[in-house]
Amino acid sequence: MATSARYHIDHRTTYRYESAVSLSRQHLHLTPRDGAWQRCLEQCIVIDPEPTHCHSRVDHFGNPVTQFDIEAPHSRLVVRAQSTVEVRSHAMAQCDLRSSASWEDGARALAYGAAPVLLEANRFLFESPYVRVKREFAAYAMPSFTPGRALLDAAFDLMRRIHGEFEFDPEATTVATPVLKILEDKRGVCQDFAHLMLACLRSLGLPARYVSGYLLTQPPPGQPRLIGADASHAWISLYCPNADGGTWIDFDPTNNLLPDTQHITLAWGRDFGDVSPLRGVILGGDAHELDVAVTVTPLEPAPSTDEGSAL
Amino acid sequence: MPRTLLSIYPRTTDRFDEMLAADGEVRAPWRSFFDQLNAATPEQMRHRQNYVRRRILENGVTYNVYADPEGTDRPWELDPLPLILSADEWQQISGAITQRARLLNAVLGDLYGEQTLIKSGTLPPALVYGHNGFLWPCQGIKPPGETWLHLYAADLARSPDGRWWVIADRTQAPSGAGYALENRLIVSRVFPDEFRDLGVKHLADFFAALQGTLAQLAPHDGETPLIVLLTPGPYNETYFEHAYLARYLGYPLVEGQDLTVRDERVYLKTLTGLRRVHAILRRLDDDYCDPLELRGDSALGVPGLLQAVRAGNVLVANALGSGLLESAALPGFLPGACAKLLGEPLAMPSVGTWWCGEPAALEFAIANLDQLVIKGSFPSQRMDPVFGSELKGAARDELIARLRARPQAYVAQELVAFSQAPAWSTKHDRRLLPRGVALRVYVAATASGYTVMPGGLTRVSAATNARYISMQRGGSSKDTWVLSEPSANTFSLLKTRVGKADLIRSGSNLSSRVVENLYWFGRYAERCDDAARLLRVGLSRLVDAGADAAPALASALDLCRSLKLLPEADGKAIGVDADQHSELETLLLDAICDDQQRDGIAGNIRRLLWVGSQVRERFSLDNWYALNRLQRQLQRYSKARPEISDALAFLDQMLLATSSLAGFAMDNMTRDDGWRFLIVGRRIERLIFLCDAISQFLLLESTRASGSIEWLLELTDSIITYRSRYMAQPELLPALDLIIFDDANPHAVIFQLKNLIRYLGRLGRELGDADDETLALALARLQSFDLARFEGLDFGACGEPCLALAASLDAIAQASAALSDRLAMRYFTHIGDVGRQTLAA
Repeated sequence: MATSARYHIDHRTTYRYESAVSLSRQHLHLTPRDGAWQRCLEQCIVIDPEPTHCHSRVDHFGNPVTQFDIEAPHSRLVVRAQSTVEVRSHAMAQCDLRSSASWEDGARALAYGAAPVLLEANRFLFESPYVRVKREFAAYAMPSFTPGRALLDAAFDLMRRIHGEFEFDPEATTVATPVLKILEDKRGVCQDFAHLMLACLRSLGLPARYVSGYLLTQPPPGQPRLIGADASHAWISLYCPNADGGTWIDFDPTNNLLPDTQHITLAWGRDFGDVSPLRGVILGGDAHELDVAVTVTPLEPAPSTDEGSAL
Repeated sequence: MPRTLLSIYPRTTDRFDEMLAADGEVRAPWRSFFDQLNAATPEQMRHRQNYVRRRILENGVTYNVYADPEGTDRPWELDPLPLILSADEWQQISGAITQRARLLNAVLGDLYGEQTLIKSGTLPPALVYGHNGFLWPCQGIKPPGETWLHLYAADLARSPDGRWWVIADRTQAPSGAGYALENRLIVSRVFPDEFRDLGVKHLADFFAALQGTLAQLAPHDGETPLIVLLTPGPYNETYFEHAYLARYLGYPLVEGQDLTVRDERVYLKTLTGLRRVHAILRRLDDDYCDPLELRGDSALGVPGLLQAVRAGNVLVANALGSGLLESAALPGFLPGACAKLLGEPLAMPSVGTWWCGEPAALEFAIANLDQLVIKGSFPSQRMDPVFGSELKGAARDELIARLRARPQAYVAQELVAFSQAPAWSTKHDRRLLPRGVALRVYVAATASGYTVMPGGLTRVSAATNARYISMQRGGSSKDTWVLSEPSANTFSLLKTRVGKADLIRSGSNLSSRVVENLYWFGRYAERCDDAARLLRVGLSRLVDAGADAAPALASALDLCRSLKLLPEADGKAIGVDADQHSELETLLLDAICDDQQRDGIAGNIRRLLWVGSQVRERFSLDNWYALNRLQRQLQRYSKARPEISDALAFLDQMLLATSSLAGFAMDNMTRDDGWRFLIVGRRIERLIFLCDAISQFLLLESTRASGSIEWLLELTDSIITYRSRYMAQPELLPALDLIIFDDANPHAVIFQLKNLIRYLGRLGRELGDADDETLALALARLQSFDLARFEGLDFGACGEPCLALAASLDAIAQASAALSDRLAMRYFTHIGDVGRQTLAA
């Protein structure tokens, strides 16, 4: 496994409207956020037609966000985001998963009255618009969360079960499909599986967040092409308390693996609604067609100047 | 001396009585009011009650949703007897509630800022992060003056020992202040002497203080601040209050689609273009306010509003996100928060509250279920309170299982003991009934701290020992009288005075939506009037069923058909012979009360009321009475399985009502562009009706029969003038002169046409480009028609001039209809254009 990788990402979103849109306001989560194992080296967003007003800021979860308005009538909107990102290897080994704290301890660290108050983890502990907290989800998760089992090991097992028992089916769901329905019908896409896994974990009192990002489009020779590579992708990140105050571990239930250098993080939040790549409100337009194209191309790794990069 | 009212008023020991002390004596603040009540005769009291009922009915139009004449919503209930509180007592309440307002404002500042309350463990994270009233995108935003709560309300109840408790906090967009104002206006007129003699404190200062605060805090960039009241619209159950407050405060009443954000500033879409809005007093829940960043499915909000707030360009009151504090679980944590944020003890306790998210509280709740009521922690759960003592067996086990499965979602509360106050019995001649009462008090932010409305909305339970009080469950309300203390009132308000530069003469804040509705109000009002006149002509000919009236009846019915007031005779035309009168009668009656008939009276009244309800705040109360009376008359009439005589009486009443609407329009409304559109609507409608009616009259065969010209004059309300001029049987030529060419007759075509052209000219000067060439051409064509062409001819023999004149009239009707479409295109087009959310992954 490579210790680090560089990618060029080309994410192009095209809306074609049946009639002219007189006013469009959009929120973009299209700039990869920097993190412990990821750096965004270059970024450029091109919007056509030219926005009347555009600015960037950081949202309440620490994600870069770009907002723009188009006040002139238009019947087509193209947003093209191009980024260069470096990702370092960070996935845990299977044996390390088993040595994590028990999942009950994980839940106890977040219970009311526990000190210190883990503010950041608490933000991802509760229901959110797309993620319900219900007995049904806890019940589904329980076979993985046997008494005393290591938190990360149990979560890995839950991911394995979701991957095994649920079918990837882009026709089965929409953004509006409730997560309980996903559990009943056992089919959906990466967003649905991420929401389902979040619902299971939060229903057990475990904080977990939704991660929006990309996968490498064409895998290295000899490796299978991952599901979700031609569009934006989604997975989850689970909070694991430890002696240093805690860490977040990614799980990809769509592909049944621990994300590493082939996963590029865009943004995270409580669920899809917080970080959807384009969220907008338009006036007019009638029906529209949406076309999203994502291409992630590996770049030659830059000569390493960082002697600690051999992890 | 009649027996005293106290002789059958039940004493109680298990609850506090507001009027009676434990020894059975009337409490001091109530004494003089009670004595006067005791001395009042049953007739006086009946009179007073009737006054209350009438005023509520006449003011409270919107409690019956217009679209549904049989509306299930009940009118607002108001007991004429006020709740009376002494100055001393009020001072304690108001001190405690202003402290609570300060505290809650500080809590919001903390939770949307540093979150020290969570970090220190004072407040459980679940009550913030687990509450969908916590609006994440609002975190870090500091509103102007660091004021989150501009208007706050607390629900209070009094326990048997006489102490007041807070039972709920209203921080989102507290409702009821308008009702309190309305109750005050009514009750102070029912007991004018008592009200004056007791020195009851006035409410007006409170609203002036709120206005002052909003004007002062609004980021105005040197402009005179424009403040609007944002409503979800007429479907909201408290829309009456929104309209009432908007009118009282002098703020334009707007819906989300009336506002737009450009370059991080909020604008009102007005007839004359975009006008910057500096502050929004909202009655829309905060999560609905911006579909871009908050609830994406909201069609009621203003896309981009949050960014305008973030940029500091608009004040929203209460601040977006303040609904967070409407949680049943919060009160249990307020003593700690008060100590931490204000360094003071909490002055007024909340009703005992245990949040089940704490393990000890959960066990306590389960062990003491019989004495507790279980509620949802968050308003989004929409859970009805469950009384532990009512649950037995499996239902009880089920509740306990739910509590254990998701303890954070539940709160256990002490049962609230309401105090009781006397209400006047509606069933007995002279009797006081004890009723549970709760008091909603209102607090406004001012530059010098929070101030409490001296009074409030007293809510009254439907029965003596109710466990909760809700206006939705058959409760009633009372005015609240706070008596003056002997010392002078020290509260003074720093008002910014209106300078000459601030003077507003034209209604430049008119939103396009308001203008569109006013225009259609004018058209429907006129359409109701026309339809009523036409049907009255038909019905009165039917009543006058002599053989010589038959031809006139036939021609009148023909006109009704060609103007679509009666269904087309599909093959089997109903004749006018006596044996077919009952069928005719049914047809005519259906045209009045059958709601399904598109051009019938009932449907037109309904449309009139609907557009009227959209612009309620633009009409005076008297105007409303007239409208409301019209609706009630129709309801009463439709219910009564009417006969012809009822129908004629109804049409007479209806014409009275429509002419009083016309009178209000001419005499009582400010001459702004909105008014001009209303008048243009009326003129266009009447012009189309006159032209269609007269043109059809000229073309129909049946109108050649005797008696027809007479009803044509009646239809155009010109019969009196005609008789005074000619004193003879009506003839065609002078009749046409009077109803078409006489520019002194308001029911003449030419009068309406010239008027319309004049108003359009004025609008054109104000707004540019409303003038209309085709109307002027049609006028010229009509004026060039020579009436001499009818000279010496019988009606039956003048086919050629009839055709020519009818063609001129048709051209006017067409030009008017085309004008209407053009006005809509030019001024109203963006209405109904609601933003839609789009998402892309």
